[in-house]
Amino acid sequence: MSASDSIAPVSGEGSSRWRRGYALLNQLGPVVGLIVVFALFAILRPKTFLRPDNLQIILLQTTVFVTAALGATVIIISGGIDLSVGSNIALCAVVIARLVQMGIPPLPAALIGISSSVACGFIIGVLVTGLELSPFIVTLGMWGAIRGLAKLLSDSTEVAPPLTWLNNILRQLPDDQKWMIFPVGVWLMFLLTLFVSGILHYTRFGRHVFAIGSNEQTARLCGVRVRWTKLLIYLFAGLFAGLAGLMHFSHTTIGDATSTNGYELNIIAAVVIGGTSLVGGQGGVKGTLTGSLIMSVVANGCTKVDMPNPYQEIVTGGIIVLAVVLDRFRHRKT
Amino acid sequence: MNPESNAGKPRLRMVGVTKRFGATVALAGVDFSVNAGEVVALVGENGAGKSTLMKILAGAYQPDEGNMWLGDEPYAPRHPLEARRRGVAMIYQELALAPHLTVMENILLGMEPTRGPLINWQEMRAIASDAMTQLGRPDIPPNAILSTLPIAQQQLVEIARAVAVGCRVLVLDEPTSSLAQADIKHLFDLVRRLKARGLAIIYISHFLDEVREISDRLTVLRDGRSVGEGLTAQTPTARIISMMVGRDVNDLYPRSLRTAGEAILEVTNLAGRSKPRDASLTLHKGEILGIAGLVGAGRTELLRCIFGLDAVRGGKVKVSHFAGDGPSSPPRRWKQGMGMISEDRKIEGLALNLSIADNMTLTKMPVLVNVHRQTAEAREWIKRLGVRCRSVKQPIGDLSGGNQQKVAIARLLHHDVDVLLLDEPTRGIDVGSKAQIYHLIDELARGGKAVLMVSSYLPELLGVCDRIAVMCKGVLGPAVPVSQTNEHQIMLQATGAMEAA
Repeated sequence: MSASDSIAPVSGEGSSRWRRGYALLNQLGPVVGLIVVFALFAILRPKTFLRPDNLQIILLQTTVFVTAALGATVIIISGGIDLSVGSNIALCAVVIARLVQMGIPPLPAALIGISSSVACGFIIGVLVTGLELSPFIVTLGMWGAIRGLAKLLSDSTEVAPPLTWLNNILRQLPDDQKWMIFPVGVWLMFLLTLFVSGILHYTRFGRHVFAIGSNEQTARLCGVRVRWTKLLIYLFAGLFAGLAGLMHFSHTTIGDATSTNGYELNIIAAVVIGGTSLVGGQGGVKGTLTGSLIMSVVANGCTKVDMPNPYQEIVTGGIIVLAVVLDRFRHRKT
Repeated sequence: MNPESNAGKPRLRMVGVTKRFGATVALAGVDFSVNAGEVVALVGENGAGKSTLMKILAGAYQPDEGNMWLGDEPYAPRHPLEARRRGVAMIYQELALAPHLTVMENILLGMEPTRGPLINWQEMRAIASDAMTQLGRPDIPPNAILSTLPIAQQQLVEIARAVAVGCRVLVLDEPTSSLAQADIKHLFDLVRRLKARGLAIIYISHFLDEVREISDRLTVLRDGRSVGEGLTAQTPTARIISMMVGRDVNDLYPRSLRTAGEAILEVTNLAGRSKPRDASLTLHKGEILGIAGLVGAGRTELLRCIFGLDAVRGGKVKVSHFAGDGPSSPPRRWKQGMGMISEDRKIEGLALNLSIADNMTLTKMPVLVNVHRQTAEAREWIKRLGVRCRSVKQPIGDLSGGNQQKVAIARLLHHDVDVLLLDEPTRGIDVGSKAQIYHLIDELARGGKAVLMVSSYLPELLGVCDRIAVMCKGVLGPAVPVSQTNEHQIMLQATGAMEAA
């Protein structure tokens, strides 16, 4: 049977031009958005906003964000959601601060802190896969529970341990180290982004994440171990929340159970702005990097133009809604 | 409605309708008409332009060129609601109903009769009962929750919705695809009834025997053009097919000489949670075994139990030399060399927004994916199966049904399975792709693969299979060589009439 004697459009209704338009929007949209907001503040406040140390600050703020958002991206691609990531960052920071304060060496303190976040990821994973609960509800519960645990461990105060080398990971470089261009944490963030991007595209685990997010029943039919993979996804996200917690601690030098309030929504917004669909099955971490930068630039820029705090919150909220609207618009076709 | 006043004048006329999407011409000057009290079948392969034409009719798309008339008046609906208001109703393959609402709420959804700000339930019930009576089914209670009704009755509700608003042109798009044989008969009775009441009916179907039974006239579309038209009774099926595909389709069902080898799948007294109740079969290498039965007989569940998708309550499944005990799961079955295609590829079978290459190689992904190799392998299969696509990186949701199904089959071939479980492998795909899939199945069996195939379309089973077993109410009967059975015999067994006799 030859198929050559038909000119019927491949896509049935010939929507390929639209599709290509959507694809372009998906790929370039976030970058264009970043350039636009950056240019906006650069024009409004050329003297303060564009100063190298301010740009450095933006990058440092983004680092915590991106690190956690990497895990969130993987979860969202798989069709899940994590509302507890902000609490989890706080927990890790509090645990590290407490341990350092107790005189435990920095390295074990950091490892234990990160492990506590991984443990939270494990609990979420077990609840989601074992009891087949919706990740939205599970992580909503964990959002409160982990925050409570962090408050308990910090006695609801700021835990301010003595400075250690941990605090050098993410702080502005002293003059004799300017050759590094960025602090270690920022480099680490870039490496982690590449690492997760590689995992998503070049490993079986990564392709299975996409398959589960696109169509879980299909994944099951095709022999994908859906539960096992989901458990891994939440463990993975816990690890990244922990790393983000370490960086957050490094940057702020304290453990504060309430400092990361609302991060989860900003992180989800960053992921979605970056082109990852809330419906699942589509997206990637390069977009998340761009999306996080957009959120940080907006936050920083708003401060630089002396926008009062309430207005800043309104702007951030607006961006989150806009991100979801864009998500709907971008992924309506499929 | 007075039939005489319409004499010689079509109820609906479409002239020179053209629709372009970018560079693609979906419709190139299509002429189409349907009279009052007439059933016109619209046939053509997938991608021929049927659905585009109907979407224009329903107001979902606007034509680039061409005119439409409804009776004497020009007709150019700007949106679906306007089309409905003008009396053009569509019944799609997938029903568009609210499962948690009652029958009457569904019938009057969006145009509920009101008394002030409140819903006039009395009037609602009256209108709904009237509509159901017009359809000859006054027995369906207006206050029944829709999801409690069987699918055939739900479809009736959708038709009742069209009738209740006084529709003048009714479009039925593949209305029988999810119906059992007896329900199809009822549907046809209903179509004849509506026709007698003066409705103009457009009937879209892949099943030419249905077209032959129900339609007065037919129009064939190919590549966006109307390539043929005529009275159904005067157009032989072979002629319709050759118009559809633009060539003669001989041997739609190929059957090469093949010999069954050793047993490779042995199922003994398999029972699932509710279905199947008791199923035993032996499948040999190089054999195609068909499973016939009514919708709901438990055929799909049988395949799912064999493949480990559904829980098994009792019995054994033994695949080639692997022991038959231990829990079965899809990963285990794939490892044992068994693959499955489910009956609804969109729900379970394809990840629509993933690429063709990912879909094809999903079951056999190495821990580290070599994208170059993956792409090369996918290209190879696409070439061998004649899948029409731009690139293997294209999302599979872009492809037509037939091409999607070819990718689903390519997945099994890529995995190099020995046993293929195929559940309705040709559902909803066009004649050309069907023929290709039959050829492919035949070729596989000749090469020593074993195929277990479920189908609701008996000519297909009789044409393709070596043996056929009939399932009735969860119990699988013995497999009989096709030479020793026929449609009549199978229907007797499927409806349980054999036991009674």
